[in-house]
Amino acid sequence: ISAAMDTESTYSGYSHYSGHSKKAHRQGRDRHKSPRSKDGSRSEKSVTIQTPPAEPLLGNDASRAEEGQDDNWGETTTAITGTSEHSISQEDIARISKDLEDSVGLDCRRYLGLTVAAVLGLLVFLTPIAFILLPQILWRDDLEPCGTVCEGLFISVAFKLLILLIGTWALFFRQPKADIPRVFVFRALLLVLIFLFVFSYWLFYGVRILDSKDTNYQGIVQYAVSLVDALLFIHYLAIVLLELRQLQPMFTVKVVRSTDGESRYYSLGHLSIQRAALVVLENYYKDFSVYNPALLTASKSRAAKHMAGLKVYNVDGPGNNASGQSRAMIAAAARRRDSSHNELYYEEADHERRVKKRRARLVVAVEEAFTHIKRLQAEEQQKAPGEMMDPREAAQAIFPSMARALQKYLRTTRQQQYHSMESILQHLSFCITNNMTPKAFLERYLNPGPTLQYDRDRWFSKQWTLVSEEAVTSGLQDGIVFVLKCLDFSLVVNVKKIPFIKLSEEFIDPKSHKFVLRLQSETSV
Amino acid sequence: QYSVILTFLSFQQRIEIHKLRQGDNLILGFSIGGGIDQDPTQNPFSEDKTDKGIYVTRVTEGGPAEVAGLQIGDKIMQVNGWDMTMVTHDQARKRLTKRNEEVVRLLVTRQSLQKAVQQSMMS
Repeated sequence: ISAAMDTESTYSGYSHYSGHSKKAHRQGRDRHKSPRSKDGSRSEKSVTIQTPPAEPLLGNDASRAEEGQDDNWGETTTAITGTSEHSISQEDIARISKDLEDSVGLDCRRYLGLTVAAVLGLLVFLTPIAFILLPQILWRDDLEPCGTVCEGLFISVAFKLLILLIGTWALFFRQPKADIPRVFVFRALLLVLIFLFVFSYWLFYGVRILDSKDTNYQGIVQYAVSLVDALLFIHYLAIVLLELRQLQPMFTVKVVRSTDGESRYYSLGHLSIQRAALVVLENYYKDFSVYNPALLTASKSRAAKHMAGLKVYNVDGPGNNASGQSRAMIAAAARRRDSSHNELYYEEADHERRVKKRRARLVVAVEEAFTHIKRLQAEEQQKAPGEMMDPREAAQAIFPSMARALQKYLRTTRQQQYHSMESILQHLSFCITNNMTPKAFLERYLNPGPTLQYDRDRWFSKQWTLVSEEAVTSGLQDGIVFVLKCLDFSLVVNVKKIPFIKLSEEFIDPKSHKFVLRLQSETSV
Repeated sequence: QYSVILTFLSFQQRIEIHKLRQGDNLILGFSIGGGIDQDPTQNPFSEDKTDKGIYVTRVTEGGPAEVAGLQIGDKIMQVNGWDMTMVTHDQARKRLTKRNEEVVRLLVTRQSLQKAVQQSMMS
């Protein structure tokens, strides 16, 4: 149950940042939650981050899953601690059921946000034009004639609007590359600011100009120009808040994968936790080697052996304290002399040797295979038309001679799941086309590469959940820890502030570099 | 008081070496190291590693210096009345190898000597 609580999210005061559209969503969640949220007053927040929209079938954030089917939870969260065989089958069930309860909710929320912003943008863009046109339409005859200054202002309004349009397009109109759970605070603030600003301008315009039918047209046009100027300044504010503020690195973030301890460090600026999580995930796909469950079986079997070694029998009857029992078990395990460290050492040494041998055979086989084909130059292509092959055929011709060695090597390093024959042939023809050497061809197979290199079904990590004790819209601070969980493993992220550096200067005169010989002579007399 | 005066005197020892003629040269039978132009930290015999005095680094067996009682590690304070505590290495060599002198009288000090005196003072 405690594992299930990790994915539960509790309502907190931070919610008023999110737009009105989200209230209905959250109320539904809370109604469902209230009976169970009593036990466990942890203020943990969990929200989902979904990877690029090409995967709509895999379901949406954890909240939807919570609302829909509670059974999945147990399977998905406890699967992490079980042994690998059990967890795979349970994960498959979880995935299938998530496919089935495919929901539209999250996409709707995202598009709603976009439409609100678009409508607001359009309104704001048309406002100055409306300010200028309305007097012409409504009381044309009473208006003073527009002089040169006034007409000059028309040009200025037109160009400023154009610049604003281009700037907004560049800044805001981008493909959303991720779905973040809570609203992007700065964006929402800016939208609210723009709305209030334009609203107050309209109010003033309506009361003082429309009602009283002001005849000073130049004044009206200048009013419109001032609106456009202020909008440009708000645009500048948007650039500073949304783009520039987080460029300067302030924090160093350590990301550790829970299953095998692989870790990386990244530099981040002032970001909210959810955006920092996004950055970490984007870098995860290209920096971390791909998650391979086959490599974890050895440590799991060792752990199982440790657990199976001792059994505790309760002789005194019920009511015995559990902590005493576990302490006794640990003490007994420590005293037992087992030779598992020996086994580990020899097993690893043996494995290393085997891998090196197979690798040597593979390299030789591939080098030999590559010598069988030769690229035809343009002149030569006319001379021997019968034997010419395109890259795909050439790859198919030389593949059999290296296939066995490659397959054995992949089996030994437990990578055979990640490379199908078709993908190997494709890669081989790609290398042949681009004049790559055998070593360049093998680079992909000799070392496990980052997750992006492999086929999407092999990723094991497509849907992520952000587990954090702080609100996910709050900024990064020194010492914050949050966890990015996916079905099979999790990434633990530890935030540290970059220390304040005191740099002082010291001037060295270039002429001050003088040297003397250190002698120790011995003379006989 | 009497013992204090004695300790001042016995820190140092006077050694008289008669040079031996070998072909065209007069040799003394030992080697020196040190000097104000040398690096004092590389002197293995000095107690204080900033001491830039002249030290005896080698004594040839059976040579005149050994016969006269000079020992390896001795610091040469004076040669025939000339001070040797503030001289360059080359100056020291020249003062010891003057062609017209057949006898050199050295004033040396020795760590073992100092220690022996200290021990006798304490007992």
